[in-house]
Amino acid sequence: MLYRPESLDAALALMAEPGAVLLAGGTDVYPALRDGMPPDRMIDLTRVADLRGIALADGTWRIGGATTWTDIVKAELPPRLAGLQLAGREVGSIQIQNAGTVAGNICNASPAADGVPALMALDAAVEIAGPEGLRTLPLHTFLKGPRQTDLQPGEIVTALLIPDGPGRGAFLKLGARKYLVISIAMISAVVEIGAGKITNAAVAVGACSPVARRLTALEAQLTGATAADIPALCAKADLSDLSPITDVRASADYRGEAVPTLVARTVLTAMEAPHVA
Amino acid sequence: MSLDEPQGHLSLVLNGAKITVPADATARLSDMLRDVAGARDVKVGCNAGDCGACTVLVDGDPVCACLTAAGQVQGRRVDTQAGLVEHDDIAQRLAKSFQRHQAAQCGICTPGMMVSAVALLRTGLPLNEAVVADALGGVLCRCTGYRKIIAAILDVSSDADPQAEGSVGERTARLDGWPKVSGAERFGDDVAPADALTVRAIRSPFHRAGFTFGDLDAYRARTGLDLILTAKDIPGDNLFGVIPGFIDQPVFAVEEARYKGEAVAAVVGPAALLDTLPPFPVTWDERPANLTPAGAARAPLLHPDREANVMCRGHVARGNAVDAMKTAAHTVSGAFSTGFIEHAYIEPEAATARRVGDRIEVQCCTQAPYMNRDGLAGILGLAPENVRILPTAVGGGFGSKLDLTAQPYVALAAWILNRPVRMTYTRGESIATSTKRHPSETWMEIGADAQGRIVAARFQGTFNTGAYSSWGPTVANRVPIHASGPYLTPNYVADSVGIHTNTASSGAFRGFGVPQSSVAQEQLYDMLAEKLGIDRLEFRRMNCLQNGDPTVTGQVFDTGMGIDACFDALKPDWTRALAEAKAFNASHTTVKRGVGVAGGWYGCGNTSMSNPSTIRAGVTPGGEIVLHQGAVDIGQGSNTVITQIFAEALCVSVSQVTLVGPDTDVTPDAGKTSASRQTFITGNAARLAGEALRAQILRLGNAGTGATIAATEDGLTVSEDGETRRIALPEGTPYALEVVESYDPPTLPLDENGQGSPYAVFGTAAQMVELEVDLDLGTVKLLRFVAAHDVGRAINPTLVEGQIEGGIAQGIGLALMEEFLPGRTENLHDYLIPTIGDVPDVTSIIVESGDAHGPYGAKGLGEHCLIPTAPAVLNAIAHASGARIHHLPATPDRVRAAILAKAKT
Repeated sequence: MLYRPESLDAALALMAEPGAVLLAGGTDVYPALRDGMPPDRMIDLTRVADLRGIALADGTWRIGGATTWTDIVKAELPPRLAGLQLAGREVGSIQIQNAGTVAGNICNASPAADGVPALMALDAAVEIAGPEGLRTLPLHTFLKGPRQTDLQPGEIVTALLIPDGPGRGAFLKLGARKYLVISIAMISAVVEIGAGKITNAAVAVGACSPVARRLTALEAQLTGATAADIPALCAKADLSDLSPITDVRASADYRGEAVPTLVARTVLTAMEAPHVA
Repeated sequence: MSLDEPQGHLSLVLNGAKITVPADATARLSDMLRDVAGARDVKVGCNAGDCGACTVLVDGDPVCACLTAAGQVQGRRVDTQAGLVEHDDIAQRLAKSFQRHQAAQCGICTPGMMVSAVALLRTGLPLNEAVVADALGGVLCRCTGYRKIIAAILDVSSDADPQAEGSVGERTARLDGWPKVSGAERFGDDVAPADALTVRAIRSPFHRAGFTFGDLDAYRARTGLDLILTAKDIPGDNLFGVIPGFIDQPVFAVEEARYKGEAVAAVVGPAALLDTLPPFPVTWDERPANLTPAGAARAPLLHPDREANVMCRGHVARGNAVDAMKTAAHTVSGAFSTGFIEHAYIEPEAATARRVGDRIEVQCCTQAPYMNRDGLAGILGLAPENVRILPTAVGGGFGSKLDLTAQPYVALAAWILNRPVRMTYTRGESIATSTKRHPSETWMEIGADAQGRIVAARFQGTFNTGAYSSWGPTVANRVPIHASGPYLTPNYVADSVGIHTNTASSGAFRGFGVPQSSVAQEQLYDMLAEKLGIDRLEFRRMNCLQNGDPTVTGQVFDTGMGIDACFDALKPDWTRALAEAKAFNASHTTVKRGVGVAGGWYGCGNTSMSNPSTIRAGVTPGGEIVLHQGAVDIGQGSNTVITQIFAEALCVSVSQVTLVGPDTDVTPDAGKTSASRQTFITGNAARLAGEALRAQILRLGNAGTGATIAATEDGLTVSEDGETRRIALPEGTPYALEVVESYDPPTLPLDENGQGSPYAVFGTAAQMVELEVDLDLGTVKLLRFVAAHDVGRAINPTLVEGQIEGGIAQGIGLALMEEFLPGRTENLHDYLIPTIGDVPDVTSIIVESGDAHGPYGAKGLGEHCLIPTAPAVLNAIAHASGARIHHLPATPDRVRAAILAKAKT
């Protein structure tokens, strides 16, 4: 049975009976079936109007959970969110971007989720609706491990909340081919510039730890840095929070070694880009 | 839910028409469209969003139908390729452009490509290659190399019609192309009748395992299955294979499964029942498995009569390589390896069988209908004449659809149940169990004199042939003949060995082992040229075979050895590229540019074996000219090429020829679509048939040899001296006039040192590539290929270009990203093949040196296209970075490691 509620309340009511699988773009739900049968009960969230759309209110960008990557890519957003838009363009393919949603990306909780580093670098929070009402928690708290989140039975991710602000974002994905590729590593950075120096920096790394991580020590060191300082700072960055593994895509050593290079390039891209507010 | 539809029904606007269909709303939209709504132009290649073949428009936006719930399109508009081409002006123009550019080869990805392209074209965005690639990046193609697809989209505004006519040498549009671009083509899974039962195989989850069944009769009774098949249900021999003396693969394993994915049983019933079966009653006893040749000598024997798990060996020796090597002024040597390569055609294996009296008929996607027929006859215990193979369109083959896959299961079930039975492999099943390119471990030493002339070469190659032989003996035999490359090598010794392991069988894959040996030989040539201080292209040019030179088997070609012309054709681009790379590198530190070149050769047809093709043709009493063309077109173009040759010989236009395809009941054996043999061998049979039919017609019409023949609405006419007359054709069923002609290429057996004439024809090629290496990340960006191919005579130059571009794409995959790891990369997101963004511009230079035997001088070229690609890429990486890659694929981590290792020395 496929339920297609048109309001959040209706969706939550359907969730009250356990065992249903939430469906939006289907880009993770169906591949996970391998070639097996769909679950008996699925709740399609794509017709819940409040779950889709991007809006700025009271200094916070609210991206509805069922907003597709194409919606994000095509939206008029400030340079600060450019990394998120670039990440959206790297999600799978046009077909996947047209269907896949931002909430689906974080709920799938893949260590290689393309959207997560960009959202983390933007200090995104997750808005969740459940039987007890709304709650909000930081994305890095929401993501607990590979395929593990803080989402409780009966709950639905309703939005990602991103503080508005100055600066410019960037995103780099490293893979073994151009399209439809799972990352070896990826970086998102948001930097604010004053008088040619970084006044604030956020850097997140994906696919190099069970959950994407912010490089907080490096972020502190980047404050006050000029473009010329970036490569050296990144080369000696403390990456001890990362724990890259060897898999079919690359070796652990390679990942560990590529990260500083990728971080430097991402930060420099964000710095060099025009329109830094 | 809407109240408009009855319970369990969905309404949508499909291709402009409102339909209401019974459907499970949670089912995949792709399944609903294909099975319920009849939209079989929606192709399922992976069921995971990895290939894009199922792309449809939902309210105008492209999505993967396999990732969409059927219920999500309730009340919405869904457009598929066939509907778009029928109703949409842009799609109609696009279909014509695809035909003009031969952008469809096998056609299985074409629906996804065209639907994605229509969405792009509707935006009205200015078109360029980058925009097209972004729009089509989600659709994989394994045949074309994407270049002609890009060209077709960029050229969509042209009003030109595809070229419908054409004799030998002309760019005639594919004669079988329109169904592919209009959505009418029917592939292996598209032909199954609605009432067919489904077979599903029970496969070993372990690389090696003993097994015992529980109570199968009770299980069948409890579940309501129609049938359970195991080894004891096979009326004939529980064995199949492709090489006499190496028929060693069971349909169902007995007592022990020898590789992960081997079938031990099969269940038969309605698909819906199979989806909900309880666990099959089988108990597995996992046993230690050996997956690589290194452990094979100590491992338990997979086949008791094959000592040390050695399948077979190959050997070629000429002169005295060991002694001559001591005289060399310069020598180089090295060890190289390549992994399993998956064919990754976008169409998984599929077959449907039905019993007709005491005969069995099987529709399937195959490269070898007669070999399939004979194989099934042995399994079913029937005479070959009682098995009929009806090939469907084939959605890519590249060698793996030579072997039997789904056919035995459907044939057995249909035979026993007397009901139609279908089977389509899942992507995981296809990758886990189909044959692969042999992993190779090679060592080679090459020596040259002080002037740079090759004096000797020694080669040793170990090939992992997997659990069963398949085409392993062919690889073992071919490699020593080819490992010298197309170069004069007076002293030579090459040994190969195929080793059994507990993996899927390695079999035929475009090049039969030659791409692997070429990775060693062509890289060592660069290293030797560097030692000698000779330009790498010049070094190859001075050593390459020329007419009159003996090959390493002592075969001498007096005409048609065109590799020298191929190298010469590259010279202007080579000089330009080297200069450009030098200038670029002078001003860049992190990214370095490199240029690489490699040569290659390949003998067309089977090695020192009779491998004839037969062509049947006739004229009906009504005057229709019919060509029975049995060379299966798996996308490479034999339907068009063979018809062009036949029409040329008959002196009629191709549009006057009606094609009858490969059906073993009515079309004679044109042999296998493999070994680059169809243009050469079947082409020759077609030429002979055309000439013979022409002679019959002219004799009947009492006309001279210069007369013109035409099939008209009024019947067959001949014209000469300005006068046209209708020929009175005799009665005959089905033909008034009929010819059957065969051609078998002249070859000679090889002696104990591999000396002899193994092939009547060699084709040769030289390719160069320009690329950039990011030294800090080890990533490689390809910029451009220039490929010079001696095809003897290009029957259809656009088809030749399509083969070159597609072969290069597969060579790129071999070089940079592809490796099948048993049990780990059994899908198309962990097993990576090049996307549209990974294949750069390809300039094809067609060299036509003619051939003593080929039809109108034509040679085969299918396999040649990828042989030089990987070593050219690796040589360019070394040129750019100094890092020499010995173990493929050259993924970023391996390239970076090689760069770091080089920096330490």
